[in-house]
Amino acid sequence: MKRIQGDNIAKHYGKGEAMVFAVKEATFTIEAGEFVAVMGESGSGKSTLLSILGGLNSPTSGKLMIDDIDVYALGQEERADFRRESIGFVFQNFNLIPYLTLAENVMLPMATLKGSRKRKRDAALHALNMVGLSEKAERLPSQISGGEQERVAIARAIVNEPPIILADEPTGNLDSKTGKDIMGLLGALNDYGTTIIMVTHNPEYAEDAQRVLRVSDGVLK
Amino acid sequence: MTLRDIAVSNLRRRKAKALFVLAGLFIGVSTVVLLLSLVQAMKQNINHKLEMYGANILILPKTENLSLTYGGLSLGGVSFEMQEIKEAELDNIKNIKNAVNIAAVGPMLLSPITVGDKRILIAGVDFQAFQMLRPWWSVKGALPDEEGALLGADAARILGLTTGNSFKVNNKEIRITGVLETTGSQDDGIIFAPLAMTQELLGKKGRISMAEVAALCTGCPIPEMVQQISDVLPGANVMAIQQVVKGRMETLNQFEKFSYGVSALVLLVGSLMVLVTMMGSVRERTVEIGIFRAMGFRKSHIIQIILLEAAIISGIAGILGYLAGFSGTKLLIPFFAEGHGAMVPFNPVMAAAAFLLAIFVGLGSSAYPAFMASRLDPNEALRAL
Repeated sequence: MKRIQGDNIAKHYGKGEAMVFAVKEATFTIEAGEFVAVMGESGSGKSTLLSILGGLNSPTSGKLMIDDIDVYALGQEERADFRRESIGFVFQNFNLIPYLTLAENVMLPMATLKGSRKRKRDAALHALNMVGLSEKAERLPSQISGGEQERVAIARAIVNEPPIILADEPTGNLDSKTGKDIMGLLGALNDYGTTIIMVTHNPEYAEDAQRVLRVSDGVLK
Repeated sequence: MTLRDIAVSNLRRRKAKALFVLAGLFIGVSTVVLLLSLVQAMKQNINHKLEMYGANILILPKTENLSLTYGGLSLGGVSFEMQEIKEAELDNIKNIKNAVNIAAVGPMLLSPITVGDKRILIAGVDFQAFQMLRPWWSVKGALPDEEGALLGADAARILGLTTGNSFKVNNKEIRITGVLETTGSQDDGIIFAPLAMTQELLGKKGRISMAEVAALCTGCPIPEMVQQISDVLPGANVMAIQQVVKGRMETLNQFEKFSYGVSALVLLVGSLMVLVTMMGSVRERTVEIGIFRAMGFRKSHIIQIILLEAAIISGIAGILGYLAGFSGTKLLIPFFAEGHGAMVPFNPVMAAAAFLLAIFVGLGSSAYPAFMASRLDPNEALRAL
């Protein structure tokens, strides 16, 4: 289980008068197993906050603790290991690798791990089965719909069974019905105990979360 | 799914870029193989031809006197009362370490004689050995058997003798079996006669004045052979004909240097092609690499993927490059090396070297792009989304 604690996290770009604050002194706690929606207007800093939570973007100041680990006190390579073990990412544009099949895309987070090809493949097929796409495992991303691509992205995020999933507008490019399907999937994962932090514009989808964090001009409310 | 699978899948997807990198390395490796194979084949050919030039080691009696001749011009003081070598001692040459490299040993007994009213030099030689030692001789008539003589062009002109004539030496009548075409050497002014007959004629049975040795050398060590012959002939002064040896080495070395220069240039261009293409590929894959990093790939994993791709292409380029270079050499060698001695055998060392060279150049040129890829900030990928 992973408890996430942000302590006075700030992130700014540029210097002097050109300095822009993306996140201003955000202090928050997300309990293990929570489903949290992060809402805010475009450019409000919510994606920056998500990248900081994912160990991808060093804050200018403040501290991010996940359980008892100070994430940004880790070296770059240790942080990469931490991401692989603890965090699954679902990107807005799916970001599947176009030259890999769906099964291979889902296996990607396991590419650097030891283990037999069969074990990895079985895990990928299991994850694809969870999102209802195991029958299309050998297709390329270009051969499936946008909604299906998003489900593959979720399968990829959960294949290593990470305790935390960060989803950046997972329904942003989808129609309403497919968006609801994706929300259902995320809800189901949360039911299994996975912490979900989802950035969204859509208040309807935010209602599915247990808690909503609002970001406005870099300030977390 | 492993890093290798990612590398192979990417190569399959980006066939055009992979082919471009492969072409750069292929051209470089095949050119190097072609040039070096050509040099090797031409070395053999040149060596073969140089061996046809005849003797390259001289065996002379040890003497404390200095020669007073230069360029064929005698400045006096030269005496024919020279020390001699025992002919039987030449058999010791068969026992030297590099005996297998010796093509011919030509003993020679030199002495002045009087023919008519002219003083002239007679050389008793082994004509069988001399056919190897003087392959350029062109004889009008025939070589003598056990009796008879062969006249140099100047000797025949000055003595007024020609094939079929006879002359007397020490009351022995000697028939002229042939006359040499002009050689431009000292041979033009000499009478050549069979060694045994000359020894008997001069009362020097079993004695010789000098000997010439033709060493069959494709890179055989002439200086070492000189030392080996000196060791078995302690009473003789053995020396290499330096001009031939040095000339041979200079010719080969210059051609070899030229080939290395061209090879280095082509390889440089090839490696630049690989560098530029790999850099372009890394730039194209910024988002992809960012996603890998976001998923927990370490920097070393990114480097491994890029270098694996480079290694696969380089290995293929190495194999194809060797085959192309080898085939090219076979096709071109008839135009570069005429006659015998220009063989292009399969050379496993060169094949392995070509493969390793391709890998080395491919990996070397991809090292910087791989390093740059590993340094990409994963957050940049997220921003690019």
